[in-house]
Amino acid sequence: MIPTVDYIRILPEVVLAIFGILVMLVDPVIPAQDSKKPLGFIALAGVVAGIAATVFQSGYYGLAFFNTVRVDSFSIFFHIVVLFVALVVVLSSLDYLEVQQIKAGEYYALVLFATVGMMLMSSAIELVLIFIALEISSISSYILAGFRRRAAESAESSLKYFLLGSFATAFFLYGVAMVFGATGSTNVYFIAEVLTTQHSVLTYLAVALMFVGLGFKVASAPFHVWTPDVYEGAPAPVVGFMSTGPKAAAFAVLLRVLFATGAPGWFWLVWISAALSMTIGNIGALVQNNVKRLLAYSSIAHAGYLLVAFAAGQTMGISAAMFYAASYAAMNVGAFAIVAHLAGKGERYVTLEDYSGLGRRSPLIAALLTIFLLSLIGIPATGGFFAKFYVFSAALQSNLVGLTIIGVINSAIAAYYYLRIIVYMYMRDERAVEAPVAPIPFSLGAGLVISLIAVIYLGVLPNRVLDYAIRGAQDLMK
Amino acid sequence: MNYINNNIITIVTFLPFVGALLLAIFPRRDRDIRWFALGISLVTLLASLHLPWHYVRGLDGFQFEQNLPWISHPNIHYHLGIDGISMWLVVLTTFLTPLCVLISWKSVNSQVKEFFILMLILETAMIGVFVALDLFLFYFFWEATLIPMALIIGIWGHGRRIYAAVKFFLYTMIASVFMLAAIIWLYVHTGSFDFVAVRDAIQNGQIEGFASASKWLFLGFFVAFAVKVPLFPLHTWLPDAHVEAPTAGSVLLAGVLLKMGTYGLLRFNVGLFPDQSQRNAPWIMVLALISIISGALVAMVQPNVKKLIAYTSVSHLGFVVLGIFSFTQIGVDGAVYQMLNHGVSTGALFMLLGMMYERRHTYDISEYGGLATPMPVFATFFTFIMLSSVGLPLMNGFVGEFLILSGAFQARQIYGILAATGVIWSACYLFWMYQRVFYGNITHPVNKNLQDMDARERVSMWPLAIAALVMGVAPNLWLHSIDPSVAFALKPFSSGFQAAAPSAAHITQAFLRVIGR
Repeated sequence: MIPTVDYIRILPEVVLAIFGILVMLVDPVIPAQDSKKPLGFIALAGVVAGIAATVFQSGYYGLAFFNTVRVDSFSIFFHIVVLFVALVVVLSSLDYLEVQQIKAGEYYALVLFATVGMMLMSSAIELVLIFIALEISSISSYILAGFRRRAAESAESSLKYFLLGSFATAFFLYGVAMVFGATGSTNVYFIAEVLTTQHSVLTYLAVALMFVGLGFKVASAPFHVWTPDVYEGAPAPVVGFMSTGPKAAAFAVLLRVLFATGAPGWFWLVWISAALSMTIGNIGALVQNNVKRLLAYSSIAHAGYLLVAFAAGQTMGISAAMFYAASYAAMNVGAFAIVAHLAGKGERYVTLEDYSGLGRRSPLIAALLTIFLLSLIGIPATGGFFAKFYVFSAALQSNLVGLTIIGVINSAIAAYYYLRIIVYMYMRDERAVEAPVAPIPFSLGAGLVISLIAVIYLGVLPNRVLDYAIRGAQDLMK
Repeated sequence: MNYINNNIITIVTFLPFVGALLLAIFPRRDRDIRWFALGISLVTLLASLHLPWHYVRGLDGFQFEQNLPWISHPNIHYHLGIDGISMWLVVLTTFLTPLCVLISWKSVNSQVKEFFILMLILETAMIGVFVALDLFLFYFFWEATLIPMALIIGIWGHGRRIYAAVKFFLYTMIASVFMLAAIIWLYVHTGSFDFVAVRDAIQNGQIEGFASASKWLFLGFFVAFAVKVPLFPLHTWLPDAHVEAPTAGSVLLAGVLLKMGTYGLLRFNVGLFPDQSQRNAPWIMVLALISIISGALVAMVQPNVKKLIAYTSVSHLGFVVLGIFSFTQIGVDGAVYQMLNHGVSTGALFMLLGMMYERRHTYDISEYGGLATPMPVFATFFTFIMLSSVGLPLMNGFVGEFLILSGAFQARQIYGILAATGVIWSACYLFWMYQRVFYGNITHPVNKNLQDMDARERVSMWPLAIAALVMGVAPNLWLHSIDPSVAFALKPFSSGFQAAAPSAAHITQAFLRVIGR
């Protein structure tokens, strides 16, 4: 007999799954030629209900379902991040799908299912369950990447993501199997107990394999090669989703696997991957002319900064990583919402050239995008600044001087290509044919305001979120 | 009253920002926007005058302090305060901003709303730099100045504005990340970002590993500030930025942003790392001398009058650095005073150049000539400001240069001698430029009918002209409060030259003797 409180501990997942199924059920009822927007509103309601469920759940810390799920401040933190991402993505998709004439209601259902997977990733403490959750979220994302059916690059994106993604999850699964072989368990906290007394070669191998699998999901170098192509082809709101939600969830898993188990031998893996991701991401982004590709490389670089916090370890490093994931989600999802809006029908306008003179044509959109970009650079009063600052503080606290210097130099390089977008928007306006800009629809406006508030809140009053992240980090290690 | 004293710095700092927020929801009526920006900057000026009015002279440490916890992990405080050094820089900022609004009245026609929003945000950030006493907060404001300035240059600038804006941004950004690394290092090893706490911890030698790290920390801060000053060989962004920037941008850049660099050197490099400062002083002073002399020589041959003035900034700021690293009471007094002078006179020069540009849309000296005939009032103002910049006795520039040179002589004679040539050079390039622009025959017929200064332009110049004169005649109004703060800042150096250094009274006496009163 499973006690009721166990169900509360997976309540957000249950709520979202129900709403996802509801979307699927209502979809056939809507006539083919009609707008599918009502489904979007159902999804929206689902996300809001999910947030409410998470808040409710936060009073019920503890284990559930035979020690496979654990609700603590760590899982709540990532639940909120993921739900926030889903909220903004659904809001920005409502009108995007209309403009692109994508009449497929399952889009919203897939977003919800992917969110379910991501939430479960952050609360599962059983490696097999983590794997299932990872697959739920990944498979949904593979399909979402191919939603611009008529565009060849979207199909390419979906196929690439799928092939490489399944390859990577296989690595992860292989690692799980080896952990089981080494310790006789797949429960993270049980593994931790075993690892306090014995380390075998198998454990090192397992950690490395799991890192490869998860490194793919977070797009860290050298497992990043898929990122630019996939991001370029996938629908822009989906890219906003993929680059923040699954990434945050995969980082949550990585935190669990590396820190909660006390696994050995990951330090140099993370160190090298962090240094490579930052450098490759930033240098790659310097030469991009397609905004989506540019942001894809920037997302690789940001995975690198996050891994710096991993390398720092300890409470401060973990909480820095959590805070970074949250602020990266806020700014990137906002930036992609704008990119999606500006892309226009068939995503024709996604190059830097198309952005020229935007500051004059639609000052509000340009100003918003500027704020998100400044946050990605790490300019004060934005979440990105504080996140970066906190990561580097953690790194220096752990005496990672070399990595800090690499990171600091990288963040200076990064300023250049974000600035390039701003330069195009405000300082160039000599173009004869300008890309048309539609006024901001209400739902997108709401999504943008939410992300803007999040970015500024994290940059000016980060106290509460930080404290919560620190508590989460402490919970994780318990 | 107490309430005001406790919050005055916050009020002064954030008034322009509040103004910017209000402007953001303003309808796009350019005229109203200009008046509103002028109004808010004047209110800020008035509010900032509270500081010198109620400043208690001779107290060690900071006044009007406000210290609230902001973020608990890491331990960051919202800690503001001023001493005699930063107070006048704040007033300089609030004094120049309304004038910048006035000077942009007509020259900024497109995206007026954005322009004034950025200018007001910039004002908040600049004031914040001078009043922040928490290292994190300081960095916060320091970086915040970057974007508005780069945008002002890039959007409203002239021909190669994008190149200039990006260059300005990258130079400053790359240099300041090193400062960030140094700040974080200090935090990790002291557990505090508080300037006073960190300084005391360093002085008491409580920091583990400081001896080996201090060299790098000093350099981390130094690079960030040296780029901003700008000190040779990191000065190459400055001419580009100045030439391409709109007038108001140049005024704020020269008037205030460069002072952030020298202020940082004095407050943080000298304040936190006295030993390293002393150890590194020789080569820094050599760089300062190179800046003084090469800046002046390069200025002399510029065909572009704005570039010429830009290079004079390199030269003049070299004086300031020289004064600071002489570690003598008189030299540092002079350096602080020269910061204010340079803000007033070079700010005014850039405004005058802006007026020329509005009329002829060029900065080429060869396009002018004989301007004194059609524009007598303009020529008079120009003469006056130029003399203040050259350092004519009775004008502000003289006081600063005199004090700095005295300090340099005390530190080492050869520094004083070499630096003194800078004064001669400055007369050369400015007078020669003046001669080519204002005297001689009118070579271009268009120049014949140029309009003289109108009422708005005169209103924007009078305050600067008056300031230049008053600061030259009665420097003690300023030095009274600067002097004790400088003495306090120089305490760690007291074993050196300071025993021989004269007090403020001596300075005044010596100075009055020189000007023959």
